[in-house]
Amino acid sequence: MSCGPWQDTGCQAQIKANEGIFPISNEKAGTMTTAEPTVEQETRSEDELDVPWQVVVHNDPVNLMSYVTMVFQRVFGYPREKAERHMLEVHQKGRSILWSGMRERAELYVQQLHGYLLLATLEKTC
Amino acid sequence: MEIRRRNDHIEISELDPFLAELLRQIPASANPDGVQSAEQRLFSPPSNGKQTELCAEWRIYVEPELRRLFQTATETVAADLQQLNGNEKSFANRTLRIPAKHADAWLNALNQARLVIAAKNNFTEKELNDHFRSPIGSRRDLSLFQVNFYGFLQEFILRELES
Repeated sequence: MSCGPWQDTGCQAQIKANEGIFPISNEKAGTMTTAEPTVEQETRSEDELDVPWQVVVHNDPVNLMSYVTMVFQRVFGYPREKAERHMLEVHQKGRSILWSGMRERAELYVQQLHGYLLLATLEKTC
Repeated sequence: MEIRRRNDHIEISELDPFLAELLRQIPASANPDGVQSAEQRLFSPPSNGKQTELCAEWRIYVEPELRRLFQTATETVAADLQQLNGNEKSFANRTLRIPAKHADAWLNALNQARLVIAAKNNFTEKELNDHFRSPIGSRRDLSLFQVNFYGFLQEFILRELES
């Protein structure tokens, strides 16, 4: 997914950590020594701690029930019965939590659901 | 009007000029035309408002992708609908063949159109569930009929995808 500069943070931390293991030439001694790995202190914002995030789908009077069921099956790979259960929960209670887990994946799910024109949001688990 | 699956396509035959015109209206109906409520429905926020940073990034990175996706779907449908063009004055019934591989594009474009029409007309849930409202006596009635007709097509395409 192209959304999210926050995705870069992990990569940069990895590159910095790797810098410490490159061999450094010791020309005077004519030997190769390996520098001690530099351990970068990882600092992460609250978001990056990745408390579970929820993918929530909200009721919409226009989208067809059969269409919503199909979307849940396609996006989450749920069997028909489970997809229908969630669809009915959305219909009757106004919302249903479809999935919870890591933020990056949750964003991807929400993006896919928006691609199918469902009302979906990302919510942080309290 | 008759609708049936034939090998690798869905065939809608015996289309009278009125229904053919409604089908021709799908791409135009999917256009929010700058109406804010319709625009907001097609591009809804990814959070309930607390995640302002996420919403801002969403607008920059995700919305353009969604716009492309929606536009591709309506363009595919518009190309299929070329079959209905011809002699504008003809009142003969027409036949439309939708390739099975275009089914997803049709579902998406029909959904866009239904959502945009509903948002522009601010239809209530009660109105949307009134499938037997008749006769068509106003522009609003016609729009509601359009939403229901497109919904019927969606249902048929979904059933064909499942079978």
